[in-house]
Amino acid sequence: MHRVQVLDPRELARVLERLAAEIVEQVPEDKLLYLVGVQTRGVPIAQRLAALIGASTGRKQPVGAIDISLYRDDIGPWRPAHQQPVIRDTRLDESIEGRIVVLVDDVLYTGRTVRAALDTLMDFGRPKAIRLAVLVDRGHRELPVAADFVGRTVPTARSEDVQVRINEVDGEDGVWLYREVAP
Amino acid sequence: MSVTPAKRLRGKDLVGIDPLHPGEIQLILDTADQMRSIAERPIKKVPALRGKTVVNLFFEASTRTRFSFEVAEKRLSADSLNFAASTSAVTKGETLIDTALNLEAMQPDFIVIRHQCPGAPHQLARILKSAVINAGDGAHEHPTQALLDALTIRSKRGTLEGLVVAIVGDLQHSRVVRSNVMLLSRMGAKVRVAAPPSLIPVGMETLGCEVHRRIEDAISGADVVMMLRIQLERQGRMNFPTPREFYDFYALTPERLKLAKKDALVMHPGPMNRGVEIDSRVADGPQSVILEQVTNGVAVRMAVLYLLAGGQGEPTAD
Repeated sequence: MHRVQVLDPRELARVLERLAAEIVEQVPEDKLLYLVGVQTRGVPIAQRLAALIGASTGRKQPVGAIDISLYRDDIGPWRPAHQQPVIRDTRLDESIEGRIVVLVDDVLYTGRTVRAALDTLMDFGRPKAIRLAVLVDRGHRELPVAADFVGRTVPTARSEDVQVRINEVDGEDGVWLYREVAP
Repeated sequence: MSVTPAKRLRGKDLVGIDPLHPGEIQLILDTADQMRSIAERPIKKVPALRGKTVVNLFFEASTRTRFSFEVAEKRLSADSLNFAASTSAVTKGETLIDTALNLEAMQPDFIVIRHQCPGAPHQLARILKSAVINAGDGAHEHPTQALLDALTIRSKRGTLEGLVVAIVGDLQHSRVVRSNVMLLSRMGAKVRVAAPPSLIPVGMETLGCEVHRRIEDAISGADVVMMLRIQLERQGRMNFPTPREFYDFYALTPERLKLAKKDALVMHPGPMNRGVEIDSRVADGPQSVILEQVTNGVAVRMAVLYLLAGGQGEPTAD
Protein backbone atom coordinates (compact mmCIF):
# COMPACT_ATOMS: atom_id res chain seq x y z
CA MET A 1 0.00 0.00 0.00
CA HIS A 2 1.25 3.40 -1.01
CA ARG A 3 0.14 6.28 1.20
CA VAL A 4 -0.18 9.90 0.00
CA GLN A 5 -1.06 12.72 2.34
CA VAL A 6 -3.93 14.80 0.96
CA LEU A 7 -4.24 17.24 3.86
CA ASP A 8 -1.78 17.90 6.65
CA PRO A 9 -3.00 19.21 10.05
CA ARG A 10 -2.56 22.89 9.02
CA GLU A 11 -4.39 22.42 5.75
CA LEU A 12 -7.15 20.50 7.49
CA ALA A 13 -7.63 23.38 9.94
CA ARG A 14 -7.82 25.87 7.05
CA VAL A 15 -10.35 23.71 5.20
CA LEU A 16 -12.53 23.61 8.31
CA GLU A 17 -12.32 27.42 8.65
CA ARG A 18 -13.45 27.84 5.07
CA LEU A 19 -16.32 25.32 5.52
CA ALA A 20 -17.46 27.17 8.65
CA ALA A 21 -17.39 30.50 6.80
CA GLU A 22 -19.40 29.04 3.91
CA ILE A 23 -22.01 27.62 6.25
CA VAL A 24 -22.40 30.98 8.04
CA GLU A 25 -22.70 32.74 4.69
CA GLN A 26 -25.28 30.37 3.24
CA VAL A 27 -27.35 29.82 6.39
CA PRO A 28 -27.87 33.37 7.63
CA GLU A 29 -30.64 32.28 10.06
CA ASP A 30 -28.04 31.18 12.60
CA LYS A 31 -30.70 30.60 15.26
CA LEU A 32 -32.08 27.79 13.11
CA LEU A 33 -28.70 26.23 12.34
CA TYR A 34 -28.08 22.80 13.88
CA LEU A 35 -24.91 20.85 13.07
CA VAL A 36 -25.34 17.08 13.26
CA GLY A 37 -22.31 14.82 12.90
CA VAL A 38 -22.52 11.27 11.58
CA GLN A 39 -20.74 8.81 13.87
CA THR A 40 -17.83 8.33 14.24
CA ARG A 41 -15.63 11.05 12.69
CA GLY A 42 -18.43 13.33 11.57
CA VAL A 43 -19.07 14.15 15.22
CA PRO A 44 -15.72 15.76 16.14
CA ILE A 45 -15.68 17.51 12.75
CA ALA A 46 -19.14 18.96 13.51
CA GLN A 47 -17.91 20.06 16.94
CA ARG A 48 -14.95 21.88 15.43
CA LEU A 49 -17.14 23.56 12.83
CA ALA A 50 -19.53 24.58 15.62
CA ALA A 51 -16.70 26.17 17.60
CA LEU A 52 -15.58 28.13 14.51
CA ILE A 53 -19.14 29.19 13.68
CA GLY A 54 -19.80 30.13 17.31
CA ALA A 55 -16.71 32.32 17.32
CA SER A 56 -17.93 34.24 14.28
CA THR A 57 -21.63 34.56 15.24
CA GLY A 58 -21.09 34.99 18.99
CA ARG A 59 -23.80 32.41 19.59
CA LYS A 60 -23.23 28.98 21.11
CA GLN A 61 -23.73 26.62 18.22
CA PRO A 62 -25.51 23.35 19.15
CA VAL A 63 -24.10 20.04 17.88
CA GLY A 64 -25.88 16.71 17.62
CA ALA A 65 -24.68 13.21 16.76
CA ILE A 66 -26.41 10.41 14.89
CA ASP A 67 -25.50 6.80 14.39
CA ILE A 68 -26.83 5.33 11.16
CA SER A 69 -26.06 1.62 11.74
CA LEU A 70 -29.69 0.61 12.21
CA TYR A 71 -30.69 2.43 9.01
CA ARG A 72 -28.04 0.97 6.72
CA ASP A 73 -29.02 -0.90 3.58
CA ASP A 74 -26.30 -3.51 4.02
CA ILE A 75 -26.87 -4.99 7.45
CA GLY A 76 -27.50 -8.68 7.55
CA PRO A 77 -25.59 -11.76 6.46
CA TRP A 78 -24.68 -10.27 3.09
CA ARG A 79 -22.14 -7.98 4.74
CA PRO A 80 -18.76 -9.32 3.69
CA ALA A 81 -17.35 -9.44 7.21
CA HIS A 82 -20.49 -11.00 8.76
CA GLN A 83 -20.07 -8.37 11.37
CA GLN A 84 -22.73 -5.92 12.35
CA PRO A 85 -21.62 -2.31 12.64
CA VAL A 86 -20.97 -1.20 16.23
CA ILE A 87 -23.80 1.11 17.29
CA ARG A 88 -22.68 4.42 18.76
CA ASP A 89 -24.52 7.25 20.47
CA THR A 90 -27.34 9.14 18.80
CA ARG A 91 -27.67 12.42 20.72
CA LEU A 92 -30.01 15.14 19.53
CA ASP A 93 -30.47 17.24 22.67
CA GLU A 94 -32.38 19.90 20.77
CA SER A 95 -35.34 19.20 18.53
CA ILE A 96 -34.59 19.23 14.79
CA GLU A 97 -38.18 20.39 14.10
CA GLY A 98 -38.10 23.47 11.85
CA ARG A 99 -34.28 23.69 12.01
CA ILE A 100 -31.75 23.96 9.23
CA VAL A 101 -29.73 20.84 9.85
CA VAL A 102 -26.24 20.66 8.43
CA LEU A 103 -25.30 17.01 8.33
CA VAL A 104 -21.52 16.58 8.75
CA ASP A 105 -19.49 13.55 7.66
CA ASP A 106 -15.85 12.89 6.94
CA VAL A 107 -15.94 11.28 3.48
CA LEU A 108 -18.65 11.34 0.81
CA TYR A 109 -18.34 8.22 -1.36
CA THR A 110 -21.30 6.10 -2.54
CA GLY A 111 -23.90 8.33 -0.86
CA ARG A 112 -25.42 5.37 0.98
CA THR A 113 -24.42 6.67 4.41
CA VAL A 114 -26.11 9.98 3.59
CA ARG A 115 -29.31 8.18 2.55
CA ALA A 116 -29.30 6.32 5.87
CA ALA A 117 -28.56 9.54 7.76
CA LEU A 118 -31.48 11.33 6.08
CA ASP A 119 -33.85 8.52 7.08
CA THR A 120 -32.49 8.59 10.64
CA LEU A 121 -33.02 12.34 10.90
CA MET A 122 -36.56 12.18 9.52
CA ASP A 123 -37.52 9.84 12.37
CA PHE A 124 -36.63 12.62 14.82
CA GLY A 125 -38.79 15.32 13.28
CA ARG A 126 -39.30 17.55 10.26
CA PRO A 127 -36.44 19.97 9.74
CA LYS A 128 -36.92 23.07 7.58
CA ALA A 129 -33.99 21.94 5.46
CA ILE A 130 -31.09 19.50 5.56
CA ARG A 131 -27.72 20.43 4.03
CA LEU A 132 -24.66 18.25 3.69
CA ALA A 133 -21.09 19.19 4.64
CA VAL A 134 -18.21 16.79 4.05
CA LEU A 135 -14.50 17.09 4.59
CA VAL A 136 -13.63 15.01 1.51
CA ASP A 137 -15.66 14.16 -1.59
CA ARG A 138 -13.99 11.20 -3.30
CA GLY A 139 -16.63 10.58 -6.01
CA HIS A 140 -18.16 7.24 -7.13
CA ARG A 141 -21.73 8.03 -6.11
CA GLU A 142 -24.25 5.16 -6.24
CA LEU A 143 -27.19 7.34 -5.22
CA PRO A 144 -28.26 10.82 -6.39
CA VAL A 145 -26.61 12.66 -3.50
CA ALA A 146 -24.54 15.86 -3.61
CA ALA A 147 -22.85 17.83 -0.86
CA ASP A 148 -23.60 21.52 -0.26
CA PHE A 149 -20.26 22.17 1.44
CA VAL A 150 -17.14 20.28 0.38
CA GLY A 151 -13.78 20.64 2.11
CA ARG A 152 -11.66 19.02 -0.59
CA THR A 153 -12.58 17.10 -3.73
CA VAL A 154 -10.19 14.19 -4.17
CA PRO A 155 -10.37 12.26 -7.46
CA THR A 156 -9.92 8.58 -6.61
CA ALA A 157 -10.13 5.13 -8.11
CA ARG A 158 -12.52 2.66 -6.48
CA SER A 159 -9.54 0.50 -5.53
CA GLU A 160 -8.11 3.37 -3.52
CA ASP A 161 -9.04 4.20 0.04
CA VAL A 162 -9.40 7.62 1.65
CA GLN A 163 -8.72 7.86 5.36
CA VAL A 164 -9.62 10.88 7.42
CA ARG A 165 -7.94 10.93 10.80
CA ILE A 166 -9.22 13.29 13.47
CA ASN A 167 -7.36 13.97 16.67
CA GLU A 168 -10.35 13.29 18.97
CA VAL A 169 -10.79 9.78 17.53
CA ASP A 170 -7.42 8.84 16.02
CA GLY A 171 -4.89 10.92 17.92
CA GLU A 172 -3.80 12.89 14.84
CA ASP A 173 -5.23 15.17 12.17
CA GLY A 174 -4.90 14.60 8.44
CA VAL A 175 -6.28 13.01 5.29
CA TRP A 176 -4.50 10.25 3.41
CA LEU A 177 -5.05 8.41 0.16
CA TYR A 178 -4.03 4.75 0.07
CA ARG A 179 -3.42 3.05 -3.24
CA GLU A 180 -2.22 -0.40 -4.29
CA VAL A 181 1.31 -0.27 -5.59
CA ALA A 182 1.51 -1.65 -9.13
CA PRO A 183 3.22 -5.05 -9.06
CA MET B 1 -9.62 -5.04 33.73
CA SER B 2 -12.63 -4.68 31.52
CA VAL B 3 -13.59 -7.20 28.87
CA THR B 4 -13.00 -6.14 25.26
CA PRO B 5 -16.18 -6.66 23.24
CA ALA B 6 -16.00 -9.26 20.46
CA LYS B 7 -16.49 -8.06 16.88
CA ARG B 8 -19.41 -10.41 16.38
CA LEU B 9 -21.20 -13.44 17.79
CA ARG B 10 -19.66 -16.69 16.62
CA GLY B 11 -22.79 -18.82 16.53
CA LYS B 12 -25.84 -18.54 14.32
CA ASP B 13 -28.04 -19.05 17.42
CA LEU B 14 -28.33 -17.98 21.03
CA VAL B 15 -29.13 -21.21 22.84
CA GLY B 16 -27.59 -20.29 26.17
CA ILE B 17 -25.01 -18.32 28.10
CA ASP B 18 -22.82 -21.42 28.29
CA PRO B 19 -21.43 -21.22 24.72
CA LEU B 20 -20.69 -17.46 24.97
CA HIS B 21 -17.26 -15.97 25.57
CA PRO B 22 -16.96 -12.92 27.86
CA GLY B 23 -16.25 -10.77 24.78
CA GLU B 24 -19.51 -11.86 23.17
CA ILE B 25 -21.43 -11.08 26.37
CA GLN B 26 -19.79 -7.66 26.42
CA LEU B 27 -20.76 -7.07 22.78
CA ILE B 28 -24.42 -7.92 23.50
CA LEU B 29 -24.48 -5.65 26.58
CA ASP B 30 -22.79 -2.75 24.75
CA THR B 31 -25.22 -3.09 21.83
CA ALA B 32 -28.19 -3.27 24.24
CA ASP B 33 -27.01 -0.06 25.91
CA GLN B 34 -27.48 1.71 22.58
CA MET B 35 -30.81 0.00 21.89
CA ARG B 36 -32.23 1.45 25.10
CA SER B 37 -32.30 4.99 23.74
CA ILE B 38 -34.56 3.97 20.83
CA ALA B 39 -37.45 3.69 23.31
CA GLU B 40 -37.03 7.40 24.09
CA ARG B 41 -37.25 8.56 20.47
CA PRO B 42 -40.36 10.14 18.96
CA ILE B 43 -40.53 7.18 16.57
CA LYS B 44 -39.64 4.08 18.59
CA LYS B 45 -38.73 2.02 15.57
CA VAL B 46 -35.70 1.55 13.36
CA PRO B 47 -35.60 -0.29 10.00
CA ALA B 48 -32.70 -2.63 10.87
CA LEU B 49 -34.65 -5.91 10.49
CA ARG B 50 -37.10 -4.78 7.83
CA GLY B 51 -38.29 -7.77 5.83
CA LYS B 52 -37.10 -10.30 8.42
CA THR B 53 -39.57 -12.72 9.92
CA VAL B 54 -39.49 -13.96 13.50
CA VAL B 55 -41.56 -16.87 14.77
CA ASN B 56 -42.23 -16.76 18.49
CA LEU B 57 -42.70 -20.40 19.39
CA PHE B 58 -43.98 -20.57 22.95
CA PHE B 59 -44.82 -24.02 24.31
CA GLU B 60 -45.11 -22.66 27.84
CA ALA B 61 -47.04 -19.81 29.38
CA SER B 62 -45.27 -16.47 29.30
CA THR B 63 -46.36 -12.86 29.30
CA ARG B 64 -43.23 -10.89 30.04
CA THR B 65 -40.77 -12.74 27.84
CA ARG B 66 -43.13 -13.18 24.90
CA PHE B 67 -44.22 -9.55 24.98
CA SER B 68 -40.68 -8.39 25.41
CA PHE B 69 -39.50 -10.33 22.35
CA GLU B 70 -42.45 -9.06 20.38
CA VAL B 71 -41.77 -5.44 21.30
CA ALA B 72 -38.08 -5.92 20.43
CA GLU B 73 -39.00 -7.41 17.05
CA LYS B 74 -41.41 -4.58 16.27
CA ARG B 75 -38.94 -1.88 17.31
CA LEU B 76 -36.50 -3.36 14.78
CA SER B 77 -39.22 -3.54 12.07
CA ALA B 78 -39.22 -7.35 11.86
CA ASP B 79 -42.48 -9.18 11.20
CA SER B 80 -43.44 -11.39 14.12
CA LEU B 81 -45.65 -14.44 14.10
CA ASN B 82 -46.89 -15.82 17.38
CA PHE B 83 -47.44 -19.44 18.10
CA ALA B 84 -49.15 -20.71 21.21
CA ALA B 85 -48.99 -24.45 21.82
CA SER B 86 -52.52 -24.54 23.20
CA THR B 87 -54.11 -23.46 19.89
CA SER B 88 -51.72 -25.33 17.55
CA ALA B 89 -51.40 -28.72 15.91
CA VAL B 90 -49.30 -29.79 18.90
CA THR B 91 -52.63 -30.60 20.51
CA LYS B 92 -53.14 -33.04 17.62
CA GLY B 93 -49.88 -34.82 18.45
CA GLU B 94 -47.38 -33.11 16.16
CA THR B 95 -43.78 -33.41 17.38
CA LEU B 96 -41.57 -30.41 18.11
CA ILE B 97 -39.29 -31.20 15.17
CA ASP B 98 -42.19 -31.51 12.73
CA THR B 99 -43.73 -28.29 13.99
CA ALA B 100 -40.41 -26.50 13.58
CA LEU B 101 -39.67 -27.94 10.12
CA ASN B 102 -43.12 -26.92 8.94
CA LEU B 103 -42.64 -23.42 10.27
CA GLU B 104 -39.22 -23.23 8.67
CA ALA B 105 -40.72 -24.18 5.32
CA MET B 106 -42.29 -20.71 5.47
CA GLN B 107 -38.78 -19.19 5.58
CA PRO B 108 -38.58 -17.34 8.88
CA ASP B 109 -35.21 -15.79 9.75
CA PHE B 110 -35.47 -16.30 13.50
CA ILE B 111 -37.20 -18.77 15.76
CA VAL B 112 -37.62 -17.74 19.38
CA ILE B 113 -38.50 -20.80 21.40
CA ARG B 114 -39.67 -21.47 24.92
CA HIS B 115 -40.10 -25.14 25.75
CA GLN B 116 -40.50 -27.21 28.89
CA CYS B 117 -37.77 -29.64 27.78
CA PRO B 118 -34.14 -28.70 28.43
CA GLY B 119 -32.20 -28.81 25.17
CA ALA B 120 -35.19 -28.24 22.87
CA PRO B 121 -33.69 -25.01 21.43
CA HIS B 122 -30.34 -26.77 20.94
CA GLN B 123 -31.98 -29.53 18.95
CA LEU B 124 -33.81 -27.04 16.74
CA ALA B 125 -30.63 -25.03 16.27
CA ARG B 126 -28.90 -28.09 14.86
CA ILE B 127 -31.69 -28.90 12.45
CA LEU B 128 -32.86 -25.47 11.30
CA LYS B 129 -31.24 -22.88 9.08
CA SER B 130 -33.02 -20.06 10.94
CA ALA B 131 -31.32 -18.45 13.92
CA VAL B 132 -32.73 -20.02 17.08
CA ILE B 133 -33.05 -17.97 20.27
CA ASN B 134 -33.70 -19.74 23.55
CA ALA B 135 -36.45 -17.99 25.52
CA GLY B 136 -36.25 -20.57 28.31
CA ASP B 137 -35.84 -24.36 28.13
CA GLY B 138 -37.09 -26.26 31.16
CA ALA B 139 -34.88 -25.66 34.18
CA HIS B 140 -31.82 -25.31 31.94
CA GLU B 141 -31.14 -21.82 30.55
CA HIS B 142 -32.81 -18.48 29.95
CA PRO B 143 -30.00 -16.51 28.34
CA THR B 144 -31.82 -13.27 27.53
CA GLN B 145 -33.00 -13.03 31.15
CA ALA B 146 -29.42 -13.30 32.43
CA LEU B 147 -28.31 -10.72 29.86
CA LEU B 148 -31.00 -8.25 30.90
CA ASP B 149 -30.13 -8.78 34.56
CA ALA B 150 -26.48 -8.10 33.76
CA LEU B 151 -27.43 -4.98 31.76
CA THR B 152 -29.50 -3.71 34.70
CA ILE B 153 -26.68 -4.28 37.19
CA ARG B 154 -24.07 -2.80 34.86
CA SER B 155 -26.12 0.33 34.17
CA LYS B 156 -26.51 0.92 37.91
CA ARG B 157 -23.00 -0.02 39.04
CA GLY B 158 -20.93 0.63 35.91
CA THR B 159 -19.41 -2.85 35.92
CA LEU B 160 -20.07 -6.46 36.89
CA GLU B 161 -16.54 -7.15 37.93
CA GLY B 162 -15.93 -7.61 41.62
CA LEU B 163 -19.59 -7.32 42.61
CA VAL B 164 -21.17 -9.79 45.02
CA VAL B 165 -24.49 -11.04 43.70
CA ALA B 166 -26.78 -13.16 45.89
CA ILE B 167 -29.45 -15.26 44.19
CA VAL B 168 -32.05 -16.72 46.53
CA GLY B 169 -35.15 -18.84 46.02
CA ASP B 170 -36.20 -21.88 44.05
CA LEU B 171 -32.83 -22.91 42.59
CA GLN B 172 -34.10 -26.38 41.73
CA HIS B 173 -36.62 -25.30 39.11
CA SER B 174 -34.95 -22.11 37.93
CA ARG B 175 -33.39 -21.66 34.50
CA VAL B 176 -32.74 -18.04 35.43
CA VAL B 177 -30.23 -18.99 38.12
CA ARG B 178 -28.20 -21.24 35.82
CA SER B 179 -27.82 -18.62 33.10
CA ASN B 180 -27.14 -15.92 35.66
CA VAL B 181 -24.46 -17.84 37.56
CA MET B 182 -22.64 -18.63 34.31
CA LEU B 183 -22.87 -15.09 32.98
CA LEU B 184 -22.00 -13.25 36.19
CA SER B 185 -19.09 -15.49 37.14
CA ARG B 186 -17.73 -15.29 33.58
CA MET B 187 -17.83 -11.50 33.79
CA GLY B 188 -15.93 -11.40 37.09
CA ALA B 189 -18.75 -11.12 39.65
CA LYS B 190 -18.88 -13.31 42.73
CA VAL B 191 -22.14 -15.24 42.93
CA ARG B 192 -23.69 -16.72 46.06
CA VAL B 193 -26.89 -18.73 45.95
CA ALA B 194 -29.17 -19.79 48.78
CA ALA B 195 -32.22 -22.03 49.14
CA PRO B 196 -33.64 -24.66 51.45
CA PRO B 197 -31.61 -27.87 50.95
CA SER B 198 -34.60 -29.47 49.23
CA LEU B 199 -34.45 -26.78 46.50
CA ILE B 200 -30.69 -26.93 45.85
CA PRO B 201 -29.89 -29.07 42.81
CA VAL B 202 -27.00 -31.51 43.05
CA GLY B 203 -23.77 -30.05 41.69
CA MET B 204 -24.90 -26.41 41.89
CA GLU B 205 -21.42 -25.32 43.03
CA THR B 206 -19.85 -26.67 39.83
CA LEU B 207 -21.44 -23.76 37.95
CA GLY B 208 -19.08 -21.43 39.78
CA CYS B 209 -20.99 -20.12 42.79
CA GLU B 210 -20.98 -20.38 46.58
CA VAL B 211 -23.94 -22.40 47.83
CA HIS B 212 -25.63 -21.43 51.11
CA ARG B 213 -28.56 -22.80 53.04
CA ARG B 214 -29.39 -19.60 54.87
CA ILE B 215 -30.44 -16.46 53.03
CA GLU B 216 -28.62 -14.36 55.63
CA ASP B 217 -25.25 -15.93 54.73
CA ALA B 218 -25.78 -15.26 51.04
CA ILE B 219 -26.95 -11.67 51.21
CA SER B 220 -24.57 -10.32 53.86
CA GLY B 221 -22.58 -7.52 52.25
CA ALA B 222 -24.01 -8.27 48.79
CA ASP B 223 -24.16 -5.57 46.08
CA VAL B 224 -27.17 -7.20 44.43
CA VAL B 225 -29.91 -9.44 45.84
CA MET B 226 -31.85 -11.33 43.20
CA MET B 227 -34.89 -13.25 44.39
CA LEU B 228 -36.29 -16.15 42.37
CA ARG B 229 -39.92 -17.09 42.15
CA ILE B 230 -41.08 -20.12 44.06
CA GLN B 231 -42.46 -22.10 41.15
CA LEU B 232 -45.51 -23.42 42.94
CA GLU B 233 -46.76 -25.04 39.70
CA ARG B 234 -43.56 -27.05 39.35
CA GLN B 235 -43.39 -28.46 42.89
CA GLY B 236 -44.21 -32.11 42.13
CA ARG B 237 -44.09 -32.78 45.83
CA MET B 238 -43.81 -29.85 48.17
CA ASN B 239 -40.15 -29.18 48.81
CA PHE B 240 -40.96 -27.01 51.80
CA PRO B 241 -43.83 -27.19 54.29
CA THR B 242 -45.84 -24.08 53.35
CA PRO B 243 -45.37 -20.81 51.44
CA ARG B 244 -45.82 -19.08 54.79
CA GLU B 245 -42.89 -20.99 56.28
CA PHE B 246 -40.80 -20.23 53.21
CA TYR B 247 -41.53 -16.55 53.80
CA ASP B 248 -40.42 -16.82 57.42
CA PHE B 249 -37.06 -18.40 56.60
CA TYR B 250 -36.15 -17.28 53.09
CA ALA B 251 -38.12 -14.22 51.96
CA LEU B 252 -36.37 -10.93 51.31
CA THR B 253 -37.83 -8.68 54.00
CA PRO B 254 -36.81 -5.12 54.89
CA GLU B 255 -34.99 -6.50 57.95
CA ARG B 256 -32.98 -9.04 55.97
CA LEU B 257 -32.19 -6.52 53.23
CA LYS B 258 -30.30 -4.48 55.85
CA LEU B 259 -27.66 -7.26 55.86
CA ALA B 260 -26.75 -6.43 52.27
CA LYS B 261 -24.82 -3.29 51.25
CA LYS B 262 -26.67 -0.09 52.08
CA ASP B 263 -27.57 0.65 48.45
CA ALA B 264 -27.82 -2.97 47.27
CA LEU B 265 -30.02 -3.52 44.22
CA VAL B 266 -33.12 -5.68 44.63
CA MET B 267 -34.01 -7.74 41.56
CA HIS B 268 -36.62 -10.32 40.60
CA PRO B 269 -37.17 -11.87 37.16
CA GLY B 270 -40.95 -11.95 37.71
CA PRO B 271 -43.66 -12.96 38.07
CA MET B 272 -43.38 -12.27 41.81
CA ASN B 273 -45.12 -14.15 44.58
CA ARG B 274 -45.54 -11.26 46.96
CA GLY B 275 -45.39 -12.45 50.52
CA VAL B 276 -43.67 -15.72 49.58
CA GLU B 277 -40.13 -15.01 48.35
CA ILE B 278 -40.30 -11.24 48.47
CA ASP B 279 -41.99 -8.76 50.79
CA SER B 280 -43.98 -6.02 49.07
CA ARG B 281 -42.15 -3.35 51.05
CA VAL B 282 -38.92 -4.51 49.38
CA ALA B 283 -40.39 -5.20 45.94
CA ASP B 284 -41.83 -1.66 45.80
CA GLY B 285 -39.02 -0.05 47.81
CA PRO B 286 -36.38 2.43 46.66
CA GLN B 287 -33.72 -0.24 46.09
CA SER B 288 -35.91 -2.25 43.71
CA VAL B 289 -34.94 -2.22 40.02
CA ILE B 290 -37.51 -4.85 39.08
CA LEU B 291 -39.32 -2.72 36.51
CA GLU B 292 -36.05 -1.48 35.00
CA GLN B 293 -35.24 -5.14 34.39
CA VAL B 294 -38.34 -5.34 32.21
CA THR B 295 -37.36 -2.22 30.24
CA ASN B 296 -33.85 -3.58 29.75
CA GLY B 297 -35.29 -6.89 28.55
CA VAL B 298 -36.52 -5.25 25.37
CA ALA B 299 -33.12 -3.65 24.73
CA VAL B 300 -31.25 -6.93 25.27
CA ARG B 301 -33.56 -8.81 22.91
CA MET B 302 -33.16 -6.10 20.27
CA ALA B 303 -29.40 -6.43 20.61
CA VAL B 304 -29.47 -10.21 20.24
CA LEU B 305 -31.73 -10.05 17.17
CA TYR B 306 -29.59 -7.35 15.57
CA LEU B 307 -26.31 -9.17 16.21
CA LEU B 308 -27.60 -12.56 15.05
CA ALA B 309 -28.94 -10.95 11.86
CA GLY B 310 -25.28 -10.42 10.93
CA GLY B 311 -25.10 -14.15 10.27
CA GLN B 312 -22.26 -16.54 10.65
CA GLY B 313 -18.92 -16.07 9.03
CA GLU B 314 -15.20 -16.29 9.25
CA PRO B 315 -13.47 -14.01 11.72
CA THR B 316 -12.22 -10.88 10.04
CA ALA B 317 -8.84 -9.26 10.30
CA ASP B 318 -9.93 -5.70 11.12
